Amino acid sequence: MIYIILSVFLSLFILGMAVVAVHNKNVKVAIIAAGIVSLFSSILYLILAAPDVAMTEAAIGSGLSTVIFFYVLNKIRKNNA
Amino acid sequence: MEYFNIEYISIATGFLLILIGIFGILTQKNLLKIVIGFTLFDTGTHIVMVSIAYVRGRTAPIIDETINVSDAVNRIVDPLPQALVLTAIVIGLGVTALMLAYILKLNKEHKSLDIASFKDLKW
Amino acid sequence: MLKKGIILAIVIAFAAIFFNLFSSFNGNTELSDLSSYYAINEPAQVGAANLVTAIVVTYRGLDTLGEVVILFLSAAIVSFLLKLHYNEQNDEERKNGLRPSSEVLQTATRILVPIIFMFGAYVFINGHLTPGGGFQGGAIIASGFVLLLLAKPEMKINHQLINIIESISGISFVLVGILGILLADGFLDNNLFGLGTFGTLISAGAIPIIYIFIGLKVGSELSSIVGTFNETQKEN
Repeated sequence: MIYIILSVFLSLFILGMAVVAVHNKNVKVAIIAAGIVSLFSSILYLILAAPDVAMTEAAIGSGLSTVIFFYVLNKIRKNNA
Repeated sequence: MEYFNIEYISIATGFLLILIGIFGILTQKNLLKIVIGFTLFDTGTHIVMVSIAYVRGRTAPIIDETINVSDAVNRIVDPLPQALVLTAIVIGLGVTALMLAYILKLNKEHKSLDIASFKDLKW
Repeated sequence: MLKKGIILAIVIAFAAIFFNLFSSFNGNTELSDLSSYYAINEPAQVGAANLVTAIVVTYRGLDTLGEVVILFLSAAIVSFLLKLHYNEQNDEERKNGLRPSSEVLQTATRILVPIIFMFGAYVFINGHLTPGGGFQGGAIIASGFVLLLLAKPEMKINHQLINIIESISGISFVLVGILGILLADGFLDNNLFGLGTFGTLISAGAIPIIYIFIGLKVGSELSSIVGTFNETQKEN
């Protein structure tokens, strides 16, 4: 029963952060919101009894992907300034 | 209510994430926000695929001392979609890195991140 | 106005398809036929305790080969597109353009990075016993590399070494597969080295060896992608 309540909370967080990622005007906030979506969906994979997938999504989605986005954003800001 | 269970909630979350991702790809003007829409689309698809594999009341597909070797058929969830999603996550990262490299090259030419300013291929 | 109408129509069409799929979805009560075959026959045929590892390496090993090719292609194209044009500088000149990192980060990195690399190696060596495997271990090694780049932004990355590790791992993975044709039943077959005792480190035939090569290859490829993106910061 506790898992069902936990999964409802996680789903609401994931959908809320996804809407923030699409609608906010500031690009930095959008990138961090996409990283948070990946992090919470990694916890959702753990509730769905998939530990391999949870480990992969946490390391790749909210670690490497966010870092690459920030490198590109910094380079573009330096080019256009 | 029968729909108030883990696999139904997860599959609904996955489908809604796919819809938010498609909406983001089609309406945003900044190139980086379009790439964020693609990553949300990928994440939603993976959630749908993993939640199809769930069986109620069973545990992860690893045979250790809590699960007997001969009893494993009745105690584990479906391992096949998890193996497919493992591959798909890494390929999603490769595609995102390629898209961002293309954005860097495009920005060097046009000095702008707005998608409406790339008119080279329009007739 | 027309464009907004068309976008709304597309999204509503997708929503209708997904609602149809959602309402025809019944939860499973037992495993499908193919997964029951895997669960019943896997401990005798393959001998790995982690079923997802056995499926990724042995039963669907050709998909893993295809994925390794795709990762190699994306790393090569990224480093080709972002070919840099700057003069060779030594450490002092390169340090002037970048903001230095703080003292806490540098000290903590010296302790943490060897531990992170060792943990990544542990994850892909024990891929057949606990949750983990080559892709997870490779991603952890690449995260340790990112920490190293954040603490010392002027670090000069030795791309030759990363390319040599990646190429040798990739070729060895294919060679183990071809050895499977010569000495066992087929390409990437598992019975190459004998199945061993179920549940110990030396078991499941060729799976630990294949996963070590995949882990090194994925780790070095992701590190090379992040390193290339880091070097674009120093370009003038």
